[in-house]
Amino acid sequence: MEFISVQNVSFQYEVQDEDGKLSRVKPVLDGVSFEIKKGEFVALLGHNGSGKSTVAKHLNAMLTPQKGKVYIDGMDTSDEKLTYDIRRRVGLVLQNPDNQLVASIVEEDVAFGPENLGIPSDEIRQRVDDALKAVDMYEHRLKAPYKLSGGQKQRVAIAGIIAMQPDCIVLDEPTAMLDPKGRSEVMDTIMKLNRENGITVVMITHYMEEAVMADTVYVMDNGKVLTSGTADEVFSRVELLKKHRLDVPQATELCHKLRACGVKLDRLPLNEMDCVSMLREVLL
Amino acid sequence: MSLLQVKDLTVVYSAGTPFAHTAVDDISFEIERGDFVGIIGHTGSGKSTLVQTLNGLIKPTKGTVSLDGVDIWAKPKEIRKIRFRVGLVFQYPEYQLFEETVAKDIAFGPTNMGLSEEEVKQRVLSAAKFVGLKDELLEKSPFDLSGGEKRRAAIAGVIAMDPDVLILDEPCAGLDPLGRDVLLAQIYRYHKERGNTVLLVSHSMEDVAEVCDKVMVMNRSKLEMFDTTDAVFSEGERLSTMGLRVPQITSIIDDLIAAGVPLKKGTLTVDKAVEEITEYLRGEGRL
Repeated sequence: MEFISVQNVSFQYEVQDEDGKLSRVKPVLDGVSFEIKKGEFVALLGHNGSGKSTVAKHLNAMLTPQKGKVYIDGMDTSDEKLTYDIRRRVGLVLQNPDNQLVASIVEEDVAFGPENLGIPSDEIRQRVDDALKAVDMYEHRLKAPYKLSGGQKQRVAIAGIIAMQPDCIVLDEPTAMLDPKGRSEVMDTIMKLNRENGITVVMITHYMEEAVMADTVYVMDNGKVLTSGTADEVFSRVELLKKHRLDVPQATELCHKLRACGVKLDRLPLNEMDCVSMLREVLL
Repeated sequence: MSLLQVKDLTVVYSAGTPFAHTAVDDISFEIERGDFVGIIGHTGSGKSTLVQTLNGLIKPTKGTVSLDGVDIWAKPKEIRKIRFRVGLVFQYPEYQLFEETVAKDIAFGPTNMGLSEEEVKQRVLSAAKFVGLKDELLEKSPFDLSGGEKRRAAIAGVIAMDPDVLILDEPCAGLDPLGRDVLLAQIYRYHKERGNTVLLVSHSMEDVAEVCDKVMVMNRSKLEMFDTTDAVFSEGERLSTMGLRVPQITSIIDDLIAAGVPLKKGTLTVDKAVEEITEYLRGEGRL
């Protein structure tokens, strides 16, 4: 079994009707299975309501499957005795940094997680410093979070997770509220943690330019995994993605459309540099 | 005369205290009736403060905001009327829904304007139509709608006041790509059909490039640039010093130009780029 193993998971939320009776509505997850290796960088795509965030919440036992199983490093998330161990291994970062920062000083915020794990204070000091350096926020450690930019706040939120030394970080649209600079700061940080520190990353995003950086891309639709593969494989299926309310990077779309006009291109690029070098060959 | 005139506008938060912070620093500009203007800038550049001064939610520390030539603070007691004429849709407006039904929520603005019941009803229906909310949703509780539908309902509530100026602060944040495209297209259609002035605050350069005629660039509380969209996005390097960038497609075409392919600088959309490249290849007899 791989580090993360999601096996045939189904889930539906309960809604309360006017009389206070609980009833279940249409399934949000409908037989989802996939495996993620240790150290892998996975992007999870899908339109609003496709079940992405529900998957994310299953990965650290915020939700447990109603059918099927989720295993984190062999631990069954349905076993309540393992909940804390699982959350120590898998950290979750959400969209809005303002909802995730609790303390009035950056370094205190980062220390919140390890403090709750009952770690000795010298070690907390060390972990907080290391985590802040990892996200490049060490020099801001004594500032108040509200004085930081969006990208900086989100990096502090990530540092708070890193300080718990998880094996895996799950990020639910971590860049949705950021400006272009903040977006690339956060992406650089995530890439660094994955490539240099070997942390497994599962990232939900609507930005295709970010998804192309992943090793593996999963596309969710209607509570199921619609398609998956390397970024190259997934983004070459332009028509399929468009049909399911998703986009491809502008670089890919440009070449896809040029191909339809009869321009000879043997494959589709995923990023700007690749696209420019392909087009230079054709045009010059 | 311009519809909206901003002159020497400065906003200082916590003025006179050690925490004083100048959010908007001495800016002036004019917006014509029927303009569709994008406002871009890094987080904390002053965009949100600026738009809140335009409908009188924030009073300028210095300078004036004039609507149709009249200072909006000339009669402070009537500032509420300005808010009917300059409609502001905040970030994540779905958090502001509060009524029992979607229809009542959309009706809140026009009802407060003192319109007749019949007219309010008309306005609710036409606003719901503009944002693509189906009729059967109108009698539901706003809290039973999906995220995208809630957002539409909240925007409809402002459109229903039929403001001369509609300001949207990041209306597409958190929506999926299709949701984003559809909402933008609806805003654009509303702008075209009604001829209303629209100001769109966005972090998505692609969205701004797609729909706006002009772009305002805020940087560190100052108005750094205000020009046509293609003029602003032809200055890729200058934008990147401000933590911004041009759309990916614009940057690809710029790189190709630098490599010696004669294309047009400031190309804003994929379709336009396809057109340019195929035209060039045909001209060379290679397609």
